[in-house]
Amino acid sequence: MAATQRPDLTQASAADLAGSMAAGEVSAREVVDAHLERIAVVDGVDAQGPVWSAKTAGRLDADEPHAFLAVTAEAARDHADDIDRRRAAGEHLGPLAGVPLALKDVLTMRGAPTTCGSRMLEGWIPPYDATVTRKLREADLVVLGKTNMDEFAMGSSTENSAFGDTRNPWDLDRVPGGSSGGSAAAVAGMLAPLAIGTDTGGSIRQPAALTGLVGAKPTYGTVSRYGLVAFASSLDQAGPFARTVGDAVALQTAIQAHDPRDSTSVPDVVPDLGLHLQDGVAGLKIGVVRELQGEGFEPGVEAVFQASLERLTALGAEIVEVSLPTAPVGLAAYYLIAPSEASSNLARFDGVRYGLRVDAPTAEEMNAATRAAGFGAEVKRRIMIGTHALSSGYYDAYYLQASKIRTLIANDFRAAFDQVDVLVSPTSPTVAFNLGAKADDPLAMYLNDVATVPASLAGIPALSLPAGLAEAPGAPGSALPVGLQIMAPLLRDDLMYRVAWAFEQATGFDPRPSGPRAIHLDGEVSP
Amino acid sequence: MALSPDEVRHVARLARLALTDDEVAELAPQLSTILGYAEQVGDLAADDVEPTTHPFALTDVMRPDEARPSLTAAQVLAGAPAVEQDRFAVPRIVAEEG
Repeated sequence: MAATQRPDLTQASAADLAGSMAAGEVSAREVVDAHLERIAVVDGVDAQGPVWSAKTAGRLDADEPHAFLAVTAEAARDHADDIDRRRAAGEHLGPLAGVPLALKDVLTMRGAPTTCGSRMLEGWIPPYDATVTRKLREADLVVLGKTNMDEFAMGSSTENSAFGDTRNPWDLDRVPGGSSGGSAAAVAGMLAPLAIGTDTGGSIRQPAALTGLVGAKPTYGTVSRYGLVAFASSLDQAGPFARTVGDAVALQTAIQAHDPRDSTSVPDVVPDLGLHLQDGVAGLKIGVVRELQGEGFEPGVEAVFQASLERLTALGAEIVEVSLPTAPVGLAAYYLIAPSEASSNLARFDGVRYGLRVDAPTAEEMNAATRAAGFGAEVKRRIMIGTHALSSGYYDAYYLQASKIRTLIANDFRAAFDQVDVLVSPTSPTVAFNLGAKADDPLAMYLNDVATVPASLAGIPALSLPAGLAEAPGAPGSALPVGLQIMAPLLRDDLMYRVAWAFEQATGFDPRPSGPRAIHLDGEVSP
Repeated sequence: MALSPDEVRHVARLARLALTDDEVAELAPQLSTILGYAEQVGDLAADDVEPTTHPFALTDVMRPDEARPSLTAAQVLAGAPAVEQDRFAVPRIVAEEG
């Protein structure tokens, strides 16, 4: 089976694939088939019929990442054939035409299942495309399928999916991060060169860090939320996963646009992300956030972070320590605001309009029984926190105070950006941890998000890119990816990518998974 | 603050979640721990700090009131668990008279 794979195509960057297709060296159909073939070999899907379905919990294999929940094989091949026909006819195609990608299962795509990793939506086929999905189609990117995720995007390990855990391609006994863990595993495992994730409190950046990828949360409001099943509406933002900064820039460029269908879509235009990409960091001031290091951060993560600062200094940047005094309380504010919005948003899953219904004599009993059966433990926990925080007598103490903290954090960032151009921190306090390690301690799991939530609360753009490898605590000889987070002022995604590009050039990180229990290029897993 | 099992049941009723006794027993200490952690937000912000609910101060915009293509009733109802007479069907909401 492995012999028929095309590692030359599945290891290639999106930019290289697009170049080869434009030059006529390979067809979109060949590129799509190579990735479908690798998905069939590596991910353990049932490769039958127009839409391949994933194995679910109980039938999963510990040697498979379980990145995909559904693979839209027939639609992908048809789309690729159509692109090849139009290219042959001389039609003008976009810069990423024919490049395949994976779509997080929280974004709707007409004719394909959207589950959000929940039993609540099992079997639901949305009748419309998300704006992101439409933009991808207009750019002639080919959707390979829908990726696994923490249920309704609530989690930091992709262990909260109703359809089983996703595993990290760097070590299949470890988590890929979350909630966009399926998208991260797809790109890290070379099942797709690109993927779309969504980030509410770090759900793109943290899995990117844990799987050695570039993952970006664009400025809030610059990518439409229409068709993105809402978790916390004031924070949710879709963005790219890629193995190179350049590919992430290209994908974000393809999906960002003002959208009249999203009332929180910003009318402002984001500066051209590619224009100053290669200008370097000489002369830039880069702020190190004092509060986002030290206690709680693994020594291996801190060592890679310190080396990253030296690399940026060597590139000519000036490193300045800055303070975000309110940042340490950001996590507490986030874990009130996001569950509050979730408790309101998820009220729509009531057994009436879509998804599951558990019959009962009265409407209220039907609602309650349906929600009890359809939601998993973490979603119930968040709904309970949010309902309590919004309930009479508690609103002022919880939600209102948290919203004020949000103001203070935004002010902190504004003051910091008066002193420096961008801010940096480790993306995650830890490298990828073992499956099950934090599953019984919700608060310990929430602490994964300590470095990513401040940017979410302020709405500013932030990304993670690979900074090196570090040993996991208790696993001598292990070498797992560590991410560097770069945060920029509102609508300055271009500056964030410019710093990332220079850092990437100087780092030379190899995105191919290695080490014990890593997925190899031939699809085999090392012992 | 510590949430009692009865308080957990009250919140579950508000949230329309039919929790089992085991779930209530598990959630009471978990929610107490999480809310205890979240209480850090209480001390920091002065009374005159304005709350932020959105990163941008956006204002509403108007569009012309024109009919546009939309999904058909059949498309929308296709995903519903129960449909009658082109409508979403639900169990009785209003109790019968004595």
